[in-house]
Amino acid sequence: MPDDRELASTHAADQLLGDRFPGMAATDELVVSRQSEALDSDDILLRRPLGILFWLALAWVAVVALAAIFANVLPLHNPNFQNYNAINQGPSFHYLLGTDDLGRDLLSRLVFGARVSLIVGFVSVAIGMAVGGTGGLVSGYLGGAVDGSLNALSFVILAYPAIVAVIAIVAFWGQSLWKITIIIGVGTIPLLFRVVRASSLSFANRDFVIAAKTMGATTPRILFREILPNVVPVALTFGLITVAGVIVIEGSLAFLGLSVKLPTPSWGNLISEGTSNGNISINPLILLWPSLCMFLLLLSINLIGDRLRQRFDIREGLL
Amino acid sequence: MGKYFLRRSIQLVVVAFIISILAFLLVHLLPGDPSVTILGPNDTAQNRAILLKQLGLNKPLWQQYTTWLTAVFHGNLGQSYLNHESVVHILATGFPIDLELIVISQIIAFAVAIPLALFTSRRPNRPVDNVATTGTFGLLALPPFVIAPILVAVFAVGLNWFPATGFVPLTQDPWANLQHMILPSVAITFGSIAVYYRLLRSDLISTLQQDFITMARSKGLSNRRIMWRHAFRPSTFSLLAAAGVNIGGLIAGTFIVEYLFALSGIGFSLVQAVNQRDYLVVQGISLVVALAYVILQFIVDFLFTVVDPRVSRG
Amino acid sequence: MSAVRRTRGRTLEFKDVHDGGGPLLAVEDLHTAFRTTRGTVRAVDGVSFELQAGTTLGIVGESGSGKTVLSRSIMGLLPPHDVLRSGTVHFAGHELTAMKPSELRQVWGAELSMIFQDPMTALNPVKRIGKQITESLLLHLDMDKKEAASTAVELLRSVGIPSPEERVRWYPFQLSGGMRQRVMIAIALACAPRLVLADEPTTGLDVTVQAQILDLLGDLQRERHMAVILVTHDLGVVASRADEIIVMYAGRIVERAPADTLFHDTHMPYTKALMESIPRLADPAGTRLTAIPGRPPDLIHPPKGCRFAPRCPYAQTKCLEAEPPLRTAGSPDHLFACWFPLVNGVSTAPAPVAGNGAAATTLPDGPGDTATATAQAASGGTDAAAPGSGDGPTAGGETEAEA
Ligand SMILES: Nc1ncnc2c1ncn2[C@@H]1O[C@H](COP(=O)(O)OP(=O)(O)OP(=O)(O)O)[C@@H](O)[C@H]1O
Ligand code: SF4
Ligand SMILES: [Mg+2]
Repeated sequence: MPDDRELASTHAADQLLGDRFPGMAATDELVVSRQSEALDSDDILLRRPLGILFWLALAWVAVVALAAIFANVLPLHNPNFQNYNAINQGPSFHYLLGTDDLGRDLLSRLVFGARVSLIVGFVSVAIGMAVGGTGGLVSGYLGGAVDGSLNALSFVILAYPAIVAVIAIVAFWGQSLWKITIIIGVGTIPLLFRVVRASSLSFANRDFVIAAKTMGATTPRILFREILPNVVPVALTFGLITVAGVIVIEGSLAFLGLSVKLPTPSWGNLISEGTSNGNISINPLILLWPSLCMFLLLLSINLIGDRLRQRFDIREGLL
Repeated sequence: MGKYFLRRSIQLVVVAFIISILAFLLVHLLPGDPSVTILGPNDTAQNRAILLKQLGLNKPLWQQYTTWLTAVFHGNLGQSYLNHESVVHILATGFPIDLELIVISQIIAFAVAIPLALFTSRRPNRPVDNVATTGTFGLLALPPFVIAPILVAVFAVGLNWFPATGFVPLTQDPWANLQHMILPSVAITFGSIAVYYRLLRSDLISTLQQDFITMARSKGLSNRRIMWRHAFRPSTFSLLAAAGVNIGGLIAGTFIVEYLFALSGIGFSLVQAVNQRDYLVVQGISLVVALAYVILQFIVDFLFTVVDPRVSRG
Repeated sequence: MSAVRRTRGRTLEFKDVHDGGGPLLAVEDLHTAFRTTRGTVRAVDGVSFELQAGTTLGIVGESGSGKTVLSRSIMGLLPPHDVLRSGTVHFAGHELTAMKPSELRQVWGAELSMIFQDPMTALNPVKRIGKQITESLLLHLDMDKKEAASTAVELLRSVGIPSPEERVRWYPFQLSGGMRQRVMIAIALACAPRLVLADEPTTGLDVTVQAQILDLLGDLQRERHMAVILVTHDLGVVASRADEIIVMYAGRIVERAPADTLFHDTHMPYTKALMESIPRLADPAGTRLTAIPGRPPDLIHPPKGCRFAPRCPYAQTKCLEAEPPLRTAGSPDHLFACWFPLVNGVSTAPAPVAGNGAAATTLPDGPGDTATATAQAASGGTDAAAPGSGDGPTAGGETEAEA
């Protein structure tokens, strides 16, 4: 007869219970699960080709990036030149995408605006990854009290409405492209820290790491040879999602006129201009182009990120 | 169970305390002088000093903090330097608007995301699933500042179905209220739909591969019952976590639609206050918003225990 | 158990097994294959057998031999896509393979149910065990909630769970592995099915609990006059419990005989190898079968001749060229698929092909496996006489003759 007190606790329960602050599950969920069992039907599905959408997405990001990089060299009108003889024109050979209510060339404003989105998007995440990602990698592997408090701190910081901090600092420090990039970059640190830390933590006690440890590998060696290669897919995938997120934040700020100083174009303030002063009904193109570009850019980045995620076999976590 | 809540409550207090320090420090460590905001840039240094003294801004930081915190404990979050409106009043008028936006948008999001995920996860990577999944990337690529102007252009200006701006309180005219709230709510629901759908779908797919689902099939249960009674609940962890973070973000994060649709919610008040360096307002609102965020996460944590009994009784 | 009332919604009638004549279950030329990116995996490749009501059939084979896929194919409980199945399964007067899903759902859980290998993962972790039992009661039997609840308590009591009134409100994680498996048995038996498919019901449990669970299953079977298909990779488990045993290799039946016959007059070299590898009581729980050197063949491109040939110590040229059919010799109920069957433990092969036996021990898997095999062989002579609980027919004589 089985013992009345036979009580079993499961690993799952331990993991769920794990000493964490509320909401931490969110990012801790994003752990890598590599399944090699032949019985797993995902095995069949995950290895499918990247697909045409992936390449189209990559192409669009490349086009936007090239346009942004070579904006100065391209044969474009001055984005801020107001031609009062050509107000609210439709697309023509001279103005490929038309002009706005002040007679400015929509195409060149779009191209120069792309710079802002892309630079803020990619550079700020690079900053966040360099600081937060590295910190998370080390902290997650080493564990201990320092790691615990850093993790708790990052959670509390994430509770604070970040937009307040960003707007406040931008307002005081200055509305230049690079300052905004740095501020937003610093803002992404706690987020990227948490994600990379969770991933690093999930590898810290894997067999291959323990094996390396018993063979006398130094901590830096384990970190960079054993943990890092496994964390990179998660970091890369999540990093891309964050790029999209950051572009949205910059766009929102720009929409309110709180990003780069006007009249420097940015897609967010182009959209805002398209919305104002009855432009909507008179010349919807002002609104259409930047909205479309922004939509396609975010779509592309997300698609690329998702295909990478599938490739790396990472469970869908949380943005 | 009791121990679980005790531990969570202690954490809540600690977190709340840290947040109050954060909310205070951020505002006070910023360069810039509130006296400039209030008196304008051309006033004399003497007048400034008097004003700072009146406001208690000449005292050491820790003293200012404790004074503020004591007042907060008495329910006094201070008032605007600019128009003397009390922070509590700003919150009281703004919060119902945000609440309504959040409730409507989240109802839409769940009503779309859950059935869709239950449907597509049964046959992953089939045409229907691929279309739905790629479609949600489209939604994800339509943040409020992109989609809201388009909604306005099409449904308010073009078709004239809904009013473009303004707010009518629910208590005054529920129908007019709803008409005013629909467009802004829809504008912020897209991202939620996409995130919820994708997380639930992916969790459902992995749940459906579990033995206990095959077991449920072997009992002769219908697919419908298996999806709702066996697969759904264990698949809601990521969804719940995401909803917590997402809704928390929306509390002060709806400023774009508030601005565009001229709604005086908390989000836009906060942005405006920051922009005008209205210290106490920023400090008060951000404290309340951050606390609301944390409390929301605690609610989500509680829901975890409802969804999976292992969490609290392991 | 008294007569069972089935719900009125049923459209199918099931013949009483006692007067129908004919077997309860008849499987004919069953094939199941999975389409994968690497090719078509033929997991079950032409299996036929019959099973009489109230009897026990053991299905034995190494990991990957297709036992689970076979039992799920019999039920029709396969993944919804990328599966190819052919052949027929007749059960209690109905052809399961021709049924619509809605009809199958009337059979599943009611007439034909399954006990899963791992009670840890096969019970829904977030549902009280009582609910998991009453669910099928309410679905298949004409019961109201109260009746179902008290039946669930009785079921838990009958599978030996103490204070079942309380336990119905427990969650699976609150129970030990053995208790969970008891709950699973209670669920499977809830609606008094005619046939229970038990897929390695004790693999994850430690040895003493294994015996308890199997004995319980045997008792309940006798009480309720159910047929049981007991799937396992451990011949010792079925030795004393099955009336008939099927040995599977690479998706096919390689030997099938009444239990006594199989142990006393083994014809297939593979069966014999399995016997020599019966886990001992002393082995730690969950030890996997590792005694036969080499690996089972690739099910996408199985070998042309006998599928066991690459690992068979008696393999001849003929074995590599033509596949041996499943045939009889002497007794009509003893089938085997081997060109050179063992007779009294001695191969009828003209002469062992030089080096193949040795080659088998040094085959793909390197030194680790060889060492295990050698160790097993060394201990085989003395220990093999005690399969499982020790009351099975002895295989010792043969082992010694061979050693
Ligand atoms: N859904 C599937 N897709 C592809 N191949 C599968 C699938 N299910 C089973 N297989 C393959 O079919 C073969 C037989 O598997 P099966 O699970 O029936 O073996 P088993 O005898 O039950 O082994 P074990 O003792 O490990 O349970 C294996 O090679 C397995 O990889
Ligand atoms: S003797 Fe030949 S036919 Fe028989 S099992 Fe060995 S290889 Fe197969
Ligand atoms: Mg199996």
